[in-house]
Amino acid sequence: MGAIFKRKGKDTKMIEVLQNLLWMLIFPGFLFTVVFGLVASWIVRKVSALLQWRVGPPFFQPFVDVLKLTGKEVLIPEQAQRTVFMMAPLIAMAGTLLLSTMLWRITIEPTKLFVGDIIVAIYLMVLPSLALILGSSASASPHAAIGTSREMKLVMSYELPLVLAFIVVIIKTGGQLNLATIAEHTPVFSISGLLAFLAALLCIQAKLGFVPFDIAEAETEVASGVLIEYSGALLAIWKLTQAMLLVALPLFLVMVFLGGFTKSLWTGLGKYVLILVLLILIKNTNPRIRTDQAMKFFWFYCGTTLAAAIILATLGNYYGIAWL
Amino acid sequence: MNWKIWALKKSPWVFHVNAGACNNCDIEIVDLLTPKFDVERFGIKLVGSPRHADALLVTGVGTRQAAIRLREVYRQTPKPCVVFCIGACACGMGIFQGGYHVAGPVDKIIREVDPNAIIAYVPGCPPKPEAMISGVVKALSVL
Repeated sequence: MGAIFKRKGKDTKMIEVLQNLLWMLIFPGFLFTVVFGLVASWIVRKVSALLQWRVGPPFFQPFVDVLKLTGKEVLIPEQAQRTVFMMAPLIAMAGTLLLSTMLWRITIEPTKLFVGDIIVAIYLMVLPSLALILGSSASASPHAAIGTSREMKLVMSYELPLVLAFIVVIIKTGGQLNLATIAEHTPVFSISGLLAFLAALLCIQAKLGFVPFDIAEAETEVASGVLIEYSGALLAIWKLTQAMLLVALPLFLVMVFLGGFTKSLWTGLGKYVLILVLLILIKNTNPRIRTDQAMKFFWFYCGTTLAAAIILATLGNYYGIAWL
Repeated sequence: MNWKIWALKKSPWVFHVNAGACNNCDIEIVDLLTPKFDVERFGIKLVGSPRHADALLVTGVGTRQAAIRLREVYRQTPKPCVVFCIGACACGMGIFQGGYHVAGPVDKIIREVDPNAIIAYVPGCPPKPEAMISGVVKALSVL
């Protein structure tokens, strides 16, 4: 009898492991996010083209780009730190994969007990940027060195307002840290929440490396800076990571500020597309700014706005005014 | 068909190398990338680093100073890659033939590094953007 129970326990454990692997690698995890992200990056390119009165790339273009890069030779600079150089894209991808799996998992089954809280997400969101800094500083190229220093300054500038914006949300939801619970609120329908949402949107723009915050990758100045020495399959991994971030970060904003997918799948997707379109519009209507302008913008303007938003949210909580 | 070649044909990223050109061909290349011609339709994209590139657009006669850099850039480009000689100078030295500063036409310089390099020629002074598109299409259909 005991033996049978033991065996059964092992089997259920096995099934659980397989199910987790399936979640990680296929459905809400790797494969699904990659396909979703590549389609989203096609939307970005197509809408940019339409805004510039062009036809734009065909639907399969991002897929072909990645396929081509995997088929090409991988060159590693002689003086580069090989291990770090090759590990960095994998670290970035692992972080993004964890983040997106967690977010999709909460989106699909918010009722399940799951330890996905906002702080884990904030940590995982830093990981790709850190890996980018690591990889580019290991590549022994002066252009990459400039790109690294720019990326570091950019990360330092946008992390503060991003965390402040999430603090506003935490205050608005009454000290909740669990993402599934936060997704039941819509903090954006209040003054402080709206301010926090706008600031977080700009931080996401910087995190994705979109114009006007593509300072680290500036093609005309530092010749694609941080990624300059990457080629072939390693570059393909970076491209996939960027595509996955294009899913994960707007999705995170949807969950934190706009009430997530709680109503229905289609309204949730609509919110995601809304954020994507806002990002594309900002991308196409602004020129690239300098590093000092970016720091000033994030620390001074976004910082003070968010400080005001935190005060408003606290006051609103204290006096029970929901719209404040 | 080999999937690598198929993907390469569908998304050739180009890197622009100036090997001592008078800037006329360069302006035409920049013109090629404007919304009017919209080469992103074919997946062609201008990249900032030769390590990302699949095709080198070489302009200019290939001066002795530029030849060293051109060879280095060719070595830095991941294979398989295609070299496009854009303009009369790059194809056959043009009016600079026999000049003291000339290291040879671009194809000769590239062949010193890699005798089996795939080289396509787009003549003209400067070639029109339409001519360049036609050259790229012809070269890719031969691949």
